[in-house]
Amino acid sequence: MPQTDAAAVALARDGDSEAFRALVERHSRAVFRLAHRMTGNPSDAEDVVQETFLKAYRQLSRFESRANFGTWVHRIAVNCSIDLIRARPHREAAHDSADLEQFGAAEAAEAGRPSPERLVLSAEVQERISSAMTALSQMERAAFVLRHFEGQSIEEISRALGLKTNATKHSIFRAVKKMRQALEPFVAQPDPDAESLAADGAR
Amino acid sequence: MMATRHLTDDELILHYYGETAPDDEPRAAGHLQQCAPCRAEYAKLQRVLGSIDESSVAIEPSPSFERTVWARLEPNLKPVRRGWVSWVLSPAPMALAAAVVVLVVGAFFAGRATSPTPAPTAAVVSAAVEHIRERILLSEVGEHLDRSQMALVELVSTDSDTSFDMSGERSRAEQLVADNRLYRQTAEETGDVTLSELLDEIERVLTEVAATPETGSSRDLADVRRRIESRDLLFKVRIVASEIRERQKAPIQRQAGPRS
Repeated sequence: MPQTDAAAVALARDGDSEAFRALVERHSRAVFRLAHRMTGNPSDAEDVVQETFLKAYRQLSRFESRANFGTWVHRIAVNCSIDLIRARPHREAAHDSADLEQFGAAEAAEAGRPSPERLVLSAEVQERISSAMTALSQMERAAFVLRHFEGQSIEEISRALGLKTNATKHSIFRAVKKMRQALEPFVAQPDPDAESLAADGAR
Repeated sequence: MMATRHLTDDELILHYYGETAPDDEPRAAGHLQQCAPCRAEYAKLQRVLGSIDESSVAIEPSPSFERTVWARLEPNLKPVRRGWVSWVLSPAPMALAAAVVVLVVGAFFAGRATSPTPAPTAAVVSAAVEHIRERILLSEVGEHLDRSQMALVELVSTDSDTSFDMSGERSRAEQLVADNRLYRQTAEETGDVTLSELLDEIERVLTEVAATPETGSSRDLADVRRRIESRDLLFKVRIVASEIRERQKAPIQRQAGPRS
């Protein structure tokens, strides 16, 4: 097995399928995680993994040997995820803010308002996060995932998604607003200082 | 006065992600230090976004994930531009050719044994060949679905607490994957969307089974079961297999119709 990605790419370009297999084994898990965050669906994420490496294989000749293979595949995976999300608009029926607010409040009431410390790390909160993520529109989710989980700058996200900077910002703002509405009842700690300060005057 | 203007939600978000414009950052940071309501609001935002950091949104794929990915990927890496020789030598055309030979030879001897009849036209022969081809394919796909169903049922009902020998399931899955790929491609070529989608789902599961280690862990098996059950795969296989049996009967009924 080639020691480095660069060596594996060079061999794979010459038709060495075992070398390409090494690249798949090194990077497919990371691609799956990204694709799952982007699509919110394991089956779709697997499709993205397949499509990503298929495209990578076909475009190996275009890959610049000085570049980082992982970064290159990552970009392909982002595009494949976006393509897949766009191809399945019926899954993107985003809940509106009122739905989320109502849902969050109802869930919090059902939970009997246990301590936030316990809830923060609970499976229930993870479930809430997962639900809230699926309630985002395709662009909101893509922009949010790339900013929040992938640490990409708004400029980078704009280029990846083909959006103007302002459009990217607003996608992220809307996503964060929806996540807050869904999660705040679970994670917002009662803050006596804040309550007294709120009485001083609204922001 | 600018110094007293509260930060908006959007500005707080930009600040959290370090995306505030360099010229605006000193004002945002300074205001947060001085303004308790904005600080409280920012703390709420931090808690929400921080909880998303702490929770892993992405699920971790199974230990055999890489093997499964490769098993699905490898056949597609070199788009096989199959020549006519390799196509002719593949199982389905060979079966079709054998059936046609049997039909022609049978018809020849039957013709000699009975009174002479007018020679069939090219259209009639073509229709007969097409009819036989469809019957053979339906029969083969029906049998394949039955075999797949049995394999899936065994996987779902296998009892394992820790680890178990998967070698039998693996080799059977490998064989079924090879057959399945051929039938799926045929279904795609003939535009049978329902069948090709079902065969695609079956292929994913079987590929995963074929890629598991010989001594499978209970987690491997649980992953396979989850995939089978989450997609109601067994139910779908039963439905489509039943439809195929009906389709196999249909040509016989149509043929019998005009005579009555």
